[in-house]
Amino acid sequence: MSQVSAVPVAGAPSVPTIPFGQLAPWALFFGLLGTLVLFFVSTDQGAVSLLAGTAIHEWVHDGRHLLGYPCH
Amino acid sequence: MTARAFLIRGLIAGLVAGIATFFVAYSVGEPHVETAIALEESGTAAEEAPTDASHDHGDEAAGGHSHTHSHSHGDEGEDTEVSRDSQRTWGLLTGSLAVGLALGGIVALVAAGTIGRMGRLQPGQSTALITLLGFVAFALVPFLKYPANPPAVGSGDTIGDRTALYFGFVVVSVLTVVAATYVALRLRNRLGTYGGVVAGAAGYLAVMVVAGQLFATVNEVGDFPADTLWFFRRASLFTLATMWGVIGVVLTGLVGRLYAAQTERAQRRALAASL
Repeated sequence: MSQVSAVPVAGAPSVPTIPFGQLAPWALFFGLLGTLVLFFVSTDQGAVSLLAGTAIHEWVHDGRHLLGYPCH
Repeated sequence: MTARAFLIRGLIAGLVAGIATFFVAYSVGEPHVETAIALEESGTAAEEAPTDASHDHGDEAAGGHSHTHSHSHGDEGEDTEVSRDSQRTWGLLTGSLAVGLALGGIVALVAAGTIGRMGRLQPGQSTALITLLGFVAFALVPFLKYPANPPAVGSGDTIGDRTALYFGFVVVSVLTVVAATYVALRLRNRLGTYGGVVAGAAGYLAVMVVAGQLFATVNEVGDFPADTLWFFRRASLFTLATMWGVIGVVLTGLVGRLYAAQTERAQRRALAASL
């Protein structure tokens, strides 16, 4: 029995993988974009400011507190 | 099963998670944010009154205390640009959606890289495991070391240190969970799944306990009411759990369906070829 289930059944392929080379550009692009978005919600105009002013900090203020990021 | 298919599904999961997170944060968290701001304003007012009477206005403005505290909370402070009504509705929704989409996409791409590479786990199963590990490493463990603070807790003067400590701890936690998962998968070949998982989990735990001892403690609670602090922190944890839980549930479901559809196509092709 165990031998039977260990042999891949025709038409039921083993779990496919995505080659890292194919994944890399997506991971790089979205990794940077996602990190930037997280930065603007969590940190910008607090400890570090990429954009001047306090508008972003003010606008996402409650989210920053409730999502657990350090805020003023 | 492509990176693009995973990213799209991650963004969908993130969108749903962001909306759910907003509703949880708004209904569970906002009452305690309001309480904290009310306390902050009454406290600031009480502190300001004697300052006003005994010092000149230039001193007060230069002191920075009232400035750092009142700028965020929609009272008549000079820096206020966003009303409290906007902060707790559209502002909170913006933050929740942005974080949901960013986390959903990142989690999906990590899950895309791990399918077929985590023992015998099916794509849906490895995706669920990746989301769980993400919640533990990126949200839960950092929360245990540096819990969320309501408005009025935390001095504006230490925001730099607190931010560096928080994100430093997050980076250590995420790198450690990646390493521990890799080690667990390698050890699985020699020790079996049970041994590999126990070794990986114990390794992560050991490193984070040591890191937790080494990283400086932040305690700026002062005489802030303990009940409001606890309610706020519990609400914050619910908010984070909603974010990650919904990402995990939706993304696991979508990836499972994607894999089932692909498997069915492959089976049909194999059947057609055999006829």
